[in-house]
Amino acid sequence: MSADTNHDSESGDVAPGVEGTSIRAGVQGYLIGLGLAVLLTAASFYTAGSGWIWGPGIPVALVVLAIAQIGVHLAFFLHITTAPDNTNNVLALAFGVLIVALVVGGSIWIMGHLNHNMMPMQEMLQMQR
Amino acid sequence: MSSSQAVPATHLREPDPYKLGRAPYHGGSGHGHGEPPGHGAGGPASKRVIVGYGFWIFLLSDIVMFSGFFAAHAVLQDATAGGPSGKDLFDLSRVAIETGLLLASSFTCGMAAVATEARSHLWTQVFLLVTGLLGLGFLIMEAQEFAAMIAEGAGPQRSAFLSSFFAVVGCHGLHVTAGLLWLGTMMAQIFVKGFRPNILRRLLCFNLFWHALDIIWVALFTIVYLIGAGA
Repeated sequence: MSADTNHDSESGDVAPGVEGTSIRAGVQGYLIGLGLAVLLTAASFYTAGSGWIWGPGIPVALVVLAIAQIGVHLAFFLHITTAPDNTNNVLALAFGVLIVALVVGGSIWIMGHLNHNMMPMQEMLQMQR
Repeated sequence: MSSSQAVPATHLREPDPYKLGRAPYHGGSGHGHGEPPGHGAGGPASKRVIVGYGFWIFLLSDIVMFSGFFAAHAVLQDATAGGPSGKDLFDLSRVAIETGLLLASSFTCGMAAVATEARSHLWTQVFLLVTGLLGLGFLIMEAQEFAAMIAEGAGPQRSAFLSSFFAVVGCHGLHVTAGLLWLGTMMAQIFVKGFRPNILRRLLCFNLFWHALDIIWVALFTIVYLIGAGA
């Protein structure tokens, strides 16, 4: 990274996506990220296609692999790190993850219970007669 | 002079880099403790940091919007109304190719960022072009998939499951389309205007956008396609 972008470090913060290293280290980082992402993607498709995991456990394994791959993308492609100059970026990410977990988890939880407690439509029609 | 000036260069080796044990800040009393009390309080950050951070906030809100589509799809996954389910419809080898195209384009986009840091016009344009072609290949494959599904009567109006499928995958496809338009604009702007500071900031934002699209696709191929085809 050249000198004219290094002035960012004066304020002690770094924008997301900014790496701040040499060309060699930059390419290396993206290559590591690509390798890990390819491995995790291949593992996901293999897990879904073959029966090497107990059937009901497959969705859990897939979700774990996806979360790992999202972590790889965040670290190696978006350069969200745990370094002190990244605190703001990580805090924003943590808030986003909280909202996503509430929306997705809450919807599945509530709608699952609703479906479970709902009377089947046939019975409902019979009662109204 | 001695301690405060040395902070930017050596902050990684400090014993307390996060400034958790920060000293009480005597604001404006002229004490001149020198040490900024914490992040952001040492003075305004550079425009590049602020623009990148603001775009990061936008991307996170975009991901929150996608979470609504994901939640709808997860809830409606079994609401097939007697129509075809994911197991009947999804062609996982096609999804694997789409995944490979998008992942490769994410990588070449990163290479374009490295070339931009090195101020290489040629390599930036080359890698941006490769990124765009890979993204275009992804879009064409997705359009073919949609067209084939609609042709065999599994369009978005067939069932709630298919409505939510077309909504979430189509929304991602629209994002990729917008990203391609943005990418073409950036290539033209680099060609005409060169690496000006504002162009560099736009390139940073485009990079973030493109990588975020790949993150959403990871969630998509896992939850919609792999789990949908297996369940």
